[in-house]
This record gives sequence, C-alpha cells and structure tokens, in this order.
Amino acid sequence: MSKILVVEDESALQKTLGKVFERDGYDVLKALDGEIGLRRAREESPDLIILDLILPKMNGFEVLKALKSDHKTSSIPVIILTNLETMEDIEKALDGGASTYLVKSNYTLDEVLEKVKKILEE
Amino acid sequence: MVEKNGIAKRINPFASCSKYSVPIWQCPQFLFFIMGIVIIGVIISTYFIANSRLGDPFLVALIVLAAGGILLIINFVITNSFERMAEASRMKSELVSIVSHQLRAPLTNIRFALDLLFSETHIPTDKEREEYHFILKENSTRINDLVDNLLTVSKIESGNFPLDKKLVSLEDIAKKMIGKFGAYTKASNIRVTLEMQGVPSKVFADPLWLEQVVENLLDNSIKYTKGGGEVKIVIKHTSGKVSFSIKDEGVGIPQEEQKYVFEKFFRSKSVLKTGTHGSGLGLHIVKQVVELTGGKVWFMSAEGKGTTFFFILPTIKN
Repeated sequence: MSKILVVEDESALQKTLGKVFERDGYDVLKALDGEIGLRRAREESPDLIILDLILPKMNGFEVLKALKSDHKTSSIPVIILTNLETMEDIEKALDGGASTYLVKSNYTLDEVLEKVKKILEE
Repeated sequence: MVEKNGIAKRINPFASCSKYSVPIWQCPQFLFFIMGIVIIGVIISTYFIANSRLGDPFLVALIVLAAGGILLIINFVITNSFERMAEASRMKSELVSIVSHQLRAPLTNIRFALDLLFSETHIPTDKEREEYHFILKENSTRINDLVDNLLTVSKIESGNFPLDKKLVSLEDIAKKMIGKFGAYTKASNIRVTLEMQGVPSKVFADPLWLEQVVENLLDNSIKYTKGGGEVKIVIKHTSGKVSFSIKDEGVGIPQEEQKYVFEKFFRSKSVLKTGTHGSGLGLHIVKQVVELTGGKVWFMSAEGKGTTFFFILPTIKN
C-alpha cells in the first residue's frame, strides 16, 4: 500500500485530501506544519509528498530544499499543492525539484487524485 | 461630437481630479494647470516690467528668480502627488492579491468538501456528511468575517464611519464578550479573569464598535495562547477616563515586528508559527475605532512571553 504524506496546515484540507486518498487505498500520513512534515518524511519514507507552500514554522520552499538535499528523501516525488500562482513561485518550486505544481483553486479533488496516481505510476 | 467631448473631458483638470479622491491641491493635473498659468503670467508680466524698467535689470532678474522658486515648489508638490498616487495604486494591487489569497483558502476548503458530499463514486456516511457540513459552515463564516472586516476598514478609510456614541459600561461589554468566548476558552484550557479597579463609570463610545474592539482583543489573546494559560483583563476607572488592559501568556510579538502590529493585513511570524488563521485586520480596526472614539491604544510584548494590549477612553462628552 503506497504511503502519501500530506503537509498542509488547513485541517479541513487535511481531512478532505485524506479521505479521497484513503478511499483509493492509500495510507495517509499528516503534517500540519513544515517541521513536522520534514521529520515524518525522514522517519517514515513516504512514496509521495503533497506539500503546501505557506506553512507554519517552516515554509514549503524550505521543506522542499531540505527534502532534496537529504539522500534519505531526495528521491521522493513532491507535488506542490498551493494557492500561490505567480510564475516566480512556480519556477522556484520546479527548479527546487518539485515533480509538479498544482494551484488548489484550479483542481477538483478527483483531479488531484489523478495527478497523484500518475506520478506514483511513473 | 463624441471625440470633441472626449478631448474636452481629458483637458479639464477638475474632471480628471474627481476620479482620484484626493484634495484638489494634491491632484497632479490641477497642479500642472496652475503651473501653466503661473508660467504664462510670469512671461507676460516680465515682458511688461522689462519694457518699462529697461534700466533696472536687477528687478527683472529678481522677478524671474521668484517665479523660478514658485515653479520649483509646484514641481515638488506635483512629484509628491505622483508618488502618492503610485503608492496608492501599488497598495491597491497588493490588497487585491492579499484578499484573493485569503479568500481562496476557505473557498478551496468549501469546494473540496462539496466534491466529497456530492461524489458519484463514494456515498458519504452520516458521520462524514456531518464533518463536511461543519467544514462548509466554518469556512463560509470565515469568508463572511473577512468581507465584514474589509468593509469596516473601507468605511473607516473613506471617512464614512459614523459612531453612535452613548455612555456605556466597559465592564458589561467585557463580561458579554467573555461569555461569548466561554466554550472556546474552555476547549483551549484558558482561564479568562476580569478585575475592576476604581469607582465604576461609563465611557462615551459606540457600544457595538466597542464590543468589536474587546472581541478582537480577546479573540487574539485566546487564539495565540497555545497549551492553556490565563488571559487577564483589568478595567481601571480614574477621573475622566477608563483604561482597559488585556494580558495573555501567548507567543508574543518579536521586537522587529512591533511597529507593524496595527497595519492592515500584518500577521506576526510568531503568530504564523502557531498555525492560526486570521485576516490581519482585527488590530487595525481596534486602533481605528479607539482613536475615532477619542482614545488611545498601545501594547507591550516580548516573543515567547506574552502580550498586553491597553486602551483608554474618555468618560466625559467632548
């Protein structure tokens, strides 16, 4: 069973994303801030990470940089899921090693799930 | 005919200036118009004076110098006006960006909850339906509160903010707000205490807006105190004024951020660390309302050691 780590400070989003992934048979790990997200990624080696950018304690860019510079976590694919949509943020995230960048307001839950499945298949 | 009217409108400084909601003397188009009249006036008068006073070139030079000085001052005012308008435009863009981001977060929560409620592949259980309904309710309240705060700030800034002042009891308002937050403080393991000092008197303020002030301060104190603790309110009556203080044991505000605390949309880094949501408008509204009521607001804070907010209000009608 594939493990997905969701790093997101909005508890409502944690709930809804968690539900849709669990329904499809994934094991869901939760982190409400960047520090916890990084720690759980290192300790539990998920198969994929969903990462918000605006997070308490440590923002998404800092988490992404730490993940990609640690040999334990550098190969884990990271999907950025955020409401930030400037070209600058998108380029920064993709250059930082994110597999894809999704703007929350442009996707339904099922579309997010499809993206997750596609990346896990790759 | 349409084109003529268009040109006429564009060269009419008063028509252009009315768009910007700035005083006429700060409007660049009007100032350029005045500068044009001054230049023409100086040229004409210098010509006549020079003609009649050919033997006195010093006077002519003095007039030209004085005109140059006046033009320099007008130029300075025009440049300042352009800067102010550019800054207002920048702030407007930033405001739109901040507001749209703040609205998107609860809207995304609502959309995803609706996706699950109306899923064609997985029918939600009763418990799940209840959870999704709660998400919908909580986030629509969040959007509503943001819009209310924005409208309040807009009314204050446009000067269209009448206060219906009466003699009201600050103690009664504090007790009402403490009651309102009862369930929240219990769930957060926070004890709110209220202490009165001096002979009770009433303040001269708008009761609804004073409630908003106390509510915003109390909400902040509770929200940013994690892990339980005490929030202490003290209301002190002295001659002619009442002072209110609210002390929490929360995360505190870093020294370098304290000068921004009352600005619109400011949220301290230490507050972001607690993961709490807020519009960043609450304290701005507190300051505006207290000052419009004839009072003063300030605070003391240290990171990790809590914050105390104070305000004083007059008890005598001005």
